Amino acid sequence: MPPDSKLKAKKGIPTAQRLDISRSPSDVSLTEQEPVPVFEVDDLSVYYGAFRAIRNVGMTVCERQITSFIGPSGCGKTTLLRCFNRMNDLVDIARVEGSILYHGINLYHPEVNAVEVRRRVGMVFQKPNPFPKSIYDNITFGPKIAGLKGDMDEIVERSLRRAALWDEVKDRLKDSAMGLSGGQQQRLCIARALAVNPEVILMDEPCSALDPIATGRIEDLMEEIKSEYTIIIVTHNMQQAARVSDMCAFFTAEVNETSDTRTGILVEFDKTEKMFSNPADERTENYVTGRFG
Amino acid sequence: MRKEALIRWLFLGTAALSIVISALIVLTLARETFTFVTQVDLSSLWSEGWFPRRDLYDIRTLFAGSVLVTLVAMVVAAPLGMGAAVYLAEYARPRVRRALKPILEILAGIPSVVLGFFALTWISPEIVQRMNDEAALFNLMAAGIGVGLLVTPLVASIAEDAMKSVPTALREASYGMGARKVTTAVRVVIPASISGLVAAFILGISRAIGETMVVAIAAGASGGSLFSMNVFERGQTMTAAMASMAGGTDAVKGAGLTFQSLFFVGMMLFLLTLLLNMVAGRFVRRVRQKY
Repeated sequence: MPPDSKLKAKKGIPTAQRLDISRSPSDVSLTEQEPVPVFEVDDLSVYYGAFRAIRNVGMTVCERQITSFIGPSGCGKTTLLRCFNRMNDLVDIARVEGSILYHGINLYHPEVNAVEVRRRVGMVFQKPNPFPKSIYDNITFGPKIAGLKGDMDEIVERSLRRAALWDEVKDRLKDSAMGLSGGQQQRLCIARALAVNPEVILMDEPCSALDPIATGRIEDLMEEIKSEYTIIIVTHNMQQAARVSDMCAFFTAEVNETSDTRTGILVEFDKTEKMFSNPADERTENYVTGRFG
Repeated sequence: MRKEALIRWLFLGTAALSIVISALIVLTLARETFTFVTQVDLSSLWSEGWFPRRDLYDIRTLFAGSVLVTLVAMVVAAPLGMGAAVYLAEYARPRVRRALKPILEILAGIPSVVLGFFALTWISPEIVQRMNDEAALFNLMAAGIGVGLLVTPLVASIAEDAMKSVPTALREASYGMGARKVTTAVRVVIPASISGLVAAFILGISRAIGETMVVAIAAGASGGSLFSMNVFERGQTMTAAMASMAGGTDAVKGAGLTFQSLFFVGMMLFLLTLLLNMVAGRFVRRVRQKY
């Protein structure tokens, strides 16, 4: 039995619908196919109190692709990213308008349980944030709270291998994760996210606190796991977006006339290749060529 | 320049003064304690009760009283304080938190004499005597519950600070893994702040041992007490024993070593709380180092 089926909400996401996303690597077909949409964002706006952080975003994120979000600071990339696993719920004053369909189900439907969403849509944060526990316990945290029985040793090894960290830590699994280097900690956080077998991984500037070598490792890792996971990455590093992503979204901030605030808008969303060689919008071109931002 | 130096000396003086006063207190304690220990008939330290005016200084009586009261107090204060801390740090919305924190501080500011009478006139008949209908009106249990209520805000406040100092990034990591609020609180925040929580607990104990007024009023023993391990009977703690003697106008000074015995008990109290505070301080430092 694939572990995913145990994660089914007792109540929450309506089950009978298209949500049977029990996957295993064998689902990956080798032939080129029409990409399957995972998220369909429609006319999405996010407010913090009266302040509108992003407005009217629409895009489709496809399965087993890396989608990157680029744009200047304060244009709502992270805000949008946090809508995909409902992390914005944790901010009391945040409010979402419009819809995000996840395999056809509106993530913000009142019956959808944010906890279940987050088990399918994992997240890696800007600063590595391992728990102050052992490496082993960091990995088993997710599976344990999800009630997975299974062989924990095996889950730990598989997750660490997938995150390309196994060889470095296999002899000190019981040591504190806080003793690892920044890059290792970030790969541990990726391994921790992978341990619950999510379908999507959201990465919020995962390399901004890392040196170039550690960054290269993370990028290689993303390339490797892309065949099994859908990845959305926010990055300030345009070269990184160009290197790793299949699709790229460029956001910018417009200054509101009535108040001194900025609202993020999606300018252009296309194949990364096209975004960096022949973008349709002038603002995109100015940004990717370094004339703005 | 001379003015600068003058101000410097002034502040140094105020700082030094507080140290000098502390040193004098310890010195006085030590001197009278020495007198007591060298002159007392050692067998009277292990007799049927604490009756200093009759030269019976059974130290077990006071220890038993203090331990029982502290135990009851912590049974009340630990779950209440920790629960309040978890609620304030993890559940309360900012607005609720802003309203509740000051209330907690007001509770911490209730004069202990008021709580003492509350313990005697309400806790004792309404709670303790209903639990056990043979309980005396004055009893250690009611005193312990009263002290527990007094200590709760302290425990809650320190525990909340410890939990608040756990970085948001860790909570986000937990929520991002699909953890619920309870899971995040129990499996991430509490373990990450455990040294601070232990410190809160130890400081609570230290405060409970040192509490005087509630016990002096609600536990009922004035002057002396028989050795007892029954929380439903009247009893005497170290602090209350000192207060009841010092408060009396009759010849505390005249009768043998009665006067010195106060200092002896005070010394033990001082050492005990000092030790506990040092242990707690070490735990607090440990939680600070981690982040």
